[in-house]
Amino acid sequence: MPVTAESLFGFIGRRTVSFLKNLHDAALLINNTFYWTFLSPFKGKPIRVRASISEMVKTGYNSVPIVAVISFFVGIILALQAAYQLRKVGALIYVANLVGVSITRELGPILTAIIVAGRSGSAFAAEIGSMKAAEEVDALVSMGINPVRFLVAPKLIALMIMLPALTIFSDFIGILGGLLLSKAALDINPYNYFQQTVNSLLIKDVMTGLVKAWAFGVVITVVGAYQGFKVEGGAEEVGRRTTASVVASIFLVIVFDLFFTTLFYYFT
Amino acid sequence: MEKAIEVTDLVTHYGDRVILKGISFGIPRGKTTVILGGSGCGKSTLLKHLIGLLKPTSGNILINGKDTTVMSEDEFNEVRKKMGILFQGAALLNSMTLADNVALPIREHTKLEEPTIQIMVRMKLDLVGLSGFENFYPSQLSGGMKKRAGIARAMALDPEFLFFDEPSAGLDPVTAAGLDELIIKLRNVFKMTIVVVTHELASIFTIADCVIMLDLGEVLFAGPLDGLRASDHPRIRMFLERKPEEETYSPADYFRFIAGN
Repeated sequence: MPVTAESLFGFIGRRTVSFLKNLHDAALLINNTFYWTFLSPFKGKPIRVRASISEMVKTGYNSVPIVAVISFFVGIILALQAAYQLRKVGALIYVANLVGVSITRELGPILTAIIVAGRSGSAFAAEIGSMKAAEEVDALVSMGINPVRFLVAPKLIALMIMLPALTIFSDFIGILGGLLLSKAALDINPYNYFQQTVNSLLIKDVMTGLVKAWAFGVVITVVGAYQGFKVEGGAEEVGRRTTASVVASIFLVIVFDLFFTTLFYYFT
Repeated sequence: MEKAIEVTDLVTHYGDRVILKGISFGIPRGKTTVILGGSGCGKSTLLKHLIGLLKPTSGNILINGKDTTVMSEDEFNEVRKKMGILFQGAALLNSMTLADNVALPIREHTKLEEPTIQIMVRMKLDLVGLSGFENFYPSQLSGGMKKRAGIARAMALDPEFLFFDEPSAGLDPVTAAGLDELIIKLRNVFKMTIVVVTHELASIFTIADCVIMLDLGEVLFAGPLDGLRASDHPRIRMFLERKPEEETYSPADYFRFIAGN
């Protein structure tokens, strides 16, 4: 069809223009989010403490059970997989090192981030999206209340605090899972396992995990809020944007994980 | 008559489509002005420009003599404190009780003590006939009650201007009449400048002092209500007498249109 051939450049152009617009919107949102969270409190516009605490309960406290169960299982799985190889060389006690290091450096932060992205990232997008669809965001603007300050800043504060906290919790439970499995199936004395873990772990292992968790918290909040504010139509689009927010935030969490892991590999 | 809001040569676009084609009019202070017109004539868009949710392509909007189109967001927020807006679906925040909804603008913009805020909230809710509903959530209310609560929130900071977007849309005639009565009361008691966007003929004749009629992005009529009644412009007569659009196609054209060439 000639129409298609003619419009190839048009197609590329339209895609580029809309991509640049999305990029601009995202940059603006990130800028606003950081401004209203970190700078405006010093200019007499305090953050909403009560809303932040309520977000912390929703995003952090309420995800404790699921994070605990998943971390516990992953700890067991890791110990089993490690034992499978280490048994051959008769170095079963190194299961402790392997579980400890991989949980604190990698799996703790990323598992927590993926659970929180699925629970809270989607909730952010759905909440802001349905408020947008019901003109509630317009109502906030017309009352002279910045919607980013009102809606996004408490969520960012909540995730910046709760994601590292959940990560520490996940580290503990994961290591506990490895310890119990080693006691039950590998006949390793729990005290030896504990000693081995403590000796193998460095402060920086835990710290890099926490830095990652902090960054994941920012990513999940910004992606959820971005998708929420993008809603223009009704309920159907809220659903679509919610799905998109989960997919995008998990993807971006892994991209940032790659970035930080590379960074820490060379610079710590 | 003193003009509270003056619009000159306002041009707006949605994407590439022109919505308002350079319209100019004034809204008198202390009166109820109704912006009316058929669906899709740009009246809701015009309202969004007046309250600063959209920025025009060109033209000026003067509120109390200050041009809002060139203001920064902070400056505009000062103007917004003098405005109350009732949205079409009331747009109450669903996660908060009625009392918190009404208190929201007060808490955000003033440093009043909590007991004072509580008293103000009860006053505003009583004004719209919703006393006793402080601890209800918006989802527990009927459509008419939500709109009343929306008015209470719009009134929270005792604004100079009140904007209503389709106040009677989706309400039964009795509830709609009650809302009209409330609008009249607000104008008489508080001397507010009220702007109502609607296409309900019945409420136009009840509440309006002045009328601005839009059609296809242009001002068809602007002036007092009596002038509208006396007008013999064919589009205005069609609107007032509820006549349908005339057939735009001849049968042959229509056939060609549905055949697709």
